[in-house]
Amino acid sequence: MTELSKTETGEGTTAKAPSAFLEVRDLKVHFPTDDGIVKSVDGLSFSVDKGKTLAIVGESGSGKSVTSLAVMGLHRLGARGKNVRMSGEIWLNGKELVGASPDEVRRLRGRDMAMIFQDPLSAMHPYYKVGDQIVEAYRVHHKVSKKEARTRAIEMLDRVGIPEPAKRVDGYPHEFSGGMRQRAMIAMALVNNPELLIADEPTTALDVTVQAQILDLIRDLQKEFGSAVIMITHDLGVVAEIADDVLVMYGGRCVERGAAAEVFEKPQHPYTWGLLGSMPRIDRETSERLIPVKGQPPSLINVPSGCAFHPRCPYADVPAENVSRTVRPELQLVGAGHWSACHLPAEDRERIWTEEIAPKL
Amino acid sequence: MSETKKTDTAAKAAVPEQASAPDEREVLLKVENLTKHFPIKKGILRRQVGAVKAVDGIDFEVRKGETLGVVGESGCGKSTMGRVITRLQDPTGGSISFEGQDITRLSTGEMRPLRRDIQMIFQDPYGSLNPRHTIGSIVSAPFRLQGVEPEGGVKKEVQRLLELVGLSPEHYNRYPHEFSGGQRQRIGIARALALKPKLVVADEPVSALDVSIQAQVVNLMDDLQQELGLTYVIIAHDLSVVRHVSDRIAVMYLGKIVELADRNALYEAPMHPYTKALMSAVPVPDTKRRGQRSERILLRGDVPSPIAPPSGCRFHTRCWKATEICRTTEPQLVELKLGQRVACHHPENFADQAPQDTVLLSAAKAASELVPDAVLAGEPEAAAKSEAVTETSPEPATDAKPEAAAEETKAEPEAKSEAAKETSSEPEPEPEPEPEPEPEPEPEPEPEPEPEPEPESESDAKPEAAAEPEPEPAAEPEAEATAEPEPAAEPEPAAEPEPDDAPKSPKPKGK
Repeated sequence: MTELSKTETGEGTTAKAPSAFLEVRDLKVHFPTDDGIVKSVDGLSFSVDKGKTLAIVGESGSGKSVTSLAVMGLHRLGARGKNVRMSGEIWLNGKELVGASPDEVRRLRGRDMAMIFQDPLSAMHPYYKVGDQIVEAYRVHHKVSKKEARTRAIEMLDRVGIPEPAKRVDGYPHEFSGGMRQRAMIAMALVNNPELLIADEPTTALDVTVQAQILDLIRDLQKEFGSAVIMITHDLGVVAEIADDVLVMYGGRCVERGAAAEVFEKPQHPYTWGLLGSMPRIDRETSERLIPVKGQPPSLINVPSGCAFHPRCPYADVPAENVSRTVRPELQLVGAGHWSACHLPAEDRERIWTEEIAPKL
Repeated sequence: MSETKKTDTAAKAAVPEQASAPDEREVLLKVENLTKHFPIKKGILRRQVGAVKAVDGIDFEVRKGETLGVVGESGCGKSTMGRVITRLQDPTGGSISFEGQDITRLSTGEMRPLRRDIQMIFQDPYGSLNPRHTIGSIVSAPFRLQGVEPEGGVKKEVQRLLELVGLSPEHYNRYPHEFSGGQRQRIGIARALALKPKLVVADEPVSALDVSIQAQVVNLMDDLQQELGLTYVIIAHDLSVVRHVSDRIAVMYLGKIVELADRNALYEAPMHPYTKALMSAVPVPDTKRRGQRSERILLRGDVPSPIAPPSGCRFHTRCWKATEICRTTEPQLVELKLGQRVACHHPENFADQAPQDTVLLSAAKAASELVPDAVLAGEPEAAAKSEAVTETSPEPATDAKPEAAAEETKAEPEAKSEAAKETSSEPEPEPEPEPEPEPEPEPEPEPEPEPEPEPESESDAKPEAAAEPEPEPAAEPEAEATAEPEPAAEPEPAAEPEPDDAPKSPKPKGK
């Protein structure tokens, strides 16, 4: 994880291009609705370098997908800027995106950054041939003839492992199986060799065997093109498999962030413990019971006061003076490049993890 | 919680037998040679031109108080199986008996009293609750339909059920949209439990839920099983969840059970290569394992279509251990170890069932790939290059051709006799070649082999290819292709699809 010490506290957001390839500083995405303001993302900072993979983990409604759409500049598109309020900074390769004009972002989208969506059936247009959709994505950014673009599309389909690409290029999305559709999506996303690839739950809808294929594919392609990858998922198994860094989101904010090995071996936030405890694990002895996180994810309109996780946190009362309920914890450095936003004193955290949580996992 | 205890006792009173020792549990549900085919019709006459063999001859039993987990990839027929054993769909063949009573052919009316005992929890908590009904009316529907008047009135009972599944009784008058996914799933569970069923079939009960909520629901189902003595059939694709909840596990592939074993036996020493591959593909939340894991079996391609499943062992097109016999003879589900039934000629962790047949079907490693992770990390370019090589080189295909063709012809006579048997014993198989031989082979082998074997062949070959050019994957489509023209030229047009069907149904009985 790159040094972010300056932006960590939200200060020092000088409009200076950062060293990291993608850097997001204090990003806020709010949606005003009749019921109140939905604070989907509320002050998120992270960075990704080229060739690295950042995994964003969290439950549905924690703001993972909103973050990725914000980076892609897609919020403004649908809502014409009226129904969304964005602030903060997104630096991609030295360019700031939040304040950029839609045209500027459009020029980057597809070429410098691309996205793989969760559901390939709804992300692809059912009316157009798969090949044509890839060709379109290519020709937007390259002045080439249709024929050349088609050759390129076939090449990409081939690259992602679609059999008989020359034939398949004229197929419609419904003629592809789930795994193949996801591959075609990846081909479409990669056709312009983007330097930033955002994969939003790319394998959630797939079987384990296909999931393994797709993860391998993403990993290979990343190695080959040296792209930065943001992997959004709720499956910690996938994270452990592919990520260099992990960012755990809860209620629109980052609660824990660090190198994958650090976060898995010494998780510091009770929510991360909860996620680890909720998963039945195939590599361990079967436990009698899972340790779920009690309660429901918070409403993003009325985010709980203090630490957003306190209503579900078994240790909310450990810190003195009811601080969990009144003061919102900021990210603190808890290890090498490892940040966590929790009021629990370090010694308590350490004790709870080693004595109570780790043995049960 | 006091409520819960009440339920506990109440349930025990209702179904006391289930409290008995697990060892001599009696069989609650017995399924024999169950098949479910969905006809494919074409043309003005809606003539049946083929069938999707969603479930194609499975046998298992569920004992009282146990949990049977059913896993498999999408399209393997596990959901159809769930719907057929609850008689939400009518089976094509085979028999289902519940508590000794044959329920295979019961009419809707005759089934109704049994609906009390067999309930289902559905996958999608959004689709399975009527948005225009209140929670009260949804959960009380079983009482209304069955004409049951619970002690203390329906409303009180419904509120007790809501509490049982961790909801509040005040939710009685709310509508489904006011609830989150996890809560809705609980409502579905409350409804399924309303009539104190003996058997609950849960189709992907937690796959639509977030991890933290998933754990809540899994624990809830676990608690309810202990309190009410329920028997579960849990269908899921998540192997970690299935392992957590099940006593015994059935692994399905293309409409067949390939392995059926006790939980621990299955996960510690899987015998079917498919089971092994499935389990090795499960991502594990442990970064340390990333470097250590020396090999992982990566199945290439997709599951073949159930319209024309591969001959012999259905897994042979993706199996790295496949040999001649796998292509020609279908392995039976036999008990190789105590409590572990496997359908494989060359099982893992056990003596080979067909040792004389040692020649691998082409370098069958192609079908899957042993990926040393270090290698995986190290040489993406090499992989890319090798890919290009395989894609362009036609040799393997030509190599394999004669062999494949020979294979096919060998398979045929057997298939024919099989088919003959079938027509006599089985009333409902798809119309034979009879009037128009043309459309027959067309729709079946055509779309089938087309997309199916291909994914395997190509994708299989990819990363491996540098080391060894594999004839196998290429041979697959080839074999199919040779078979295609054959029917046209020869008198048996349906030979290709039919044999696939034939071996299945008669075999479990006959052989």
